[in-house]
Amino acid sequence: MSGGTGAGAGGGPLIEARHVSLSFGPTPALRGASLTVAAGEILAVMGPSGSGKSTLLHCLAGILTPDSGEIHFAGRRLDTLRENERGALRRDRFGFVFQFGQLVPELTAEENVALPLLLNGVRRARALAEARPWFDRLDLAGTQSRRSGELSGGQAQRVALARALVARPDVLFADEPTGALDSLTGENVMNLLVSEARDQGTTVILVTHAPRVAAYADREVVVRDGTVTSYEPAPAAS
Amino acid sequence: MALLGLLEREPRHGYDLKRDYDTVFGRGRPLPFGQVYSTLGRLARDGKVLVGPAEPGDGPERKRYVITEQGVTELEAWLREPVEAEPHLQTVLFVKVVLALMSDRSAESYLDAQRAAHLRRMRELTELKRTGGLVDGILADHGLFHLEADLRWIDMTSARLDALAKAVRP
Repeated sequence: MSGGTGAGAGGGPLIEARHVSLSFGPTPALRGASLTVAAGEILAVMGPSGSGKSTLLHCLAGILTPDSGEIHFAGRRLDTLRENERGALRRDRFGFVFQFGQLVPELTAEENVALPLLLNGVRRARALAEARPWFDRLDLAGTQSRRSGELSGGQAQRVALARALVARPDVLFADEPTGALDSLTGENVMNLLVSEARDQGTTVILVTHAPRVAAYADREVVVRDGTVTSYEPAPAAS
Repeated sequence: MALLGLLEREPRHGYDLKRDYDTVFGRGRPLPFGQVYSTLGRLARDGKVLVGPAEPGDGPERKRYVITEQGVTELEAWLREPVEAEPHLQTVLFVKVVLALMSDRSAESYLDAQRAAHLRRMRELTELKRTGGLVDGILADHGLFHLEADLRWIDMTSARLDALAKAVRP
């Protein structure tokens, strides 16, 4: 079953998974998962623990390679690229926010935010200058020189969000981005994430089991037993 | 009781009270005038408000209403008392699931459709929170948490449909 439509601005989807399967040893995680995501769309990928939703995100982001099926990004086949090409794509075009432990503890908050730019070869002074405005935008003023151990959970997650967005990625992959935060802090992070994504036209793929988080998305799909379905009743005819 | 609460802040005319109510609690569902005056009449009869003399002015009769000591006591008691902890919607969801299973219909697809409807509503409320003020947000939160509770129940029920079918089928 298809996870939904959603044509991109240019007509085609920005990201597409076609019949993707992937097993970990004898255990199948994805069994023919198909999904299309339009440019600028905020999509929630829901499903119970162990349903394969994070595996699907990792395949879409080129972190994992499917056993079979295809991943397309902006009209290019992503799953057949060499690892160094995929690495470059992840640095240039994708941003990532995860549930825990994303900041480099040895670096200051500002250096953490600047990291994707530094890894892309931007000079240090310029990278830090580009990182700086994010501290005001994400309500982090005054935390620039702190290390991750000196930040609250909500602050650390906002620093991680700034880092994910600083290189202005086409796609933001977020895996349970508020999973470790209390409700109010999580809400604050989601509000900022959605506002920034809308401002920049960033496509967001948001993996979550929490309906309150999924409610920030434009639509949701559900991963069940390794395939992508929808809660919406199937149309009578297509 | 909401009117009594609004009246506690300061004595009000019926018209002003209605306007206060609509602003704070109405949220697109204004209180009919008739209901305002019938409620005030009942509160006066029960000694919870006092009615001042008619005042000169245009339009309908203008009387000022004042909360009494007894009114304040009852308001305080009401404000302390928890509402019966019974989810309302759950009953309907439960009846639909059980009836579907009893009649060999798909409860699963009904539950999925219900999930979709709940998530749609949650998206609307979340958007209201994002774009509206704090008061709208707090009210939206109440709806969001209730919908979330329903969704949890839907998940749990969904996972136990086979067992439930065995239990309810003749």
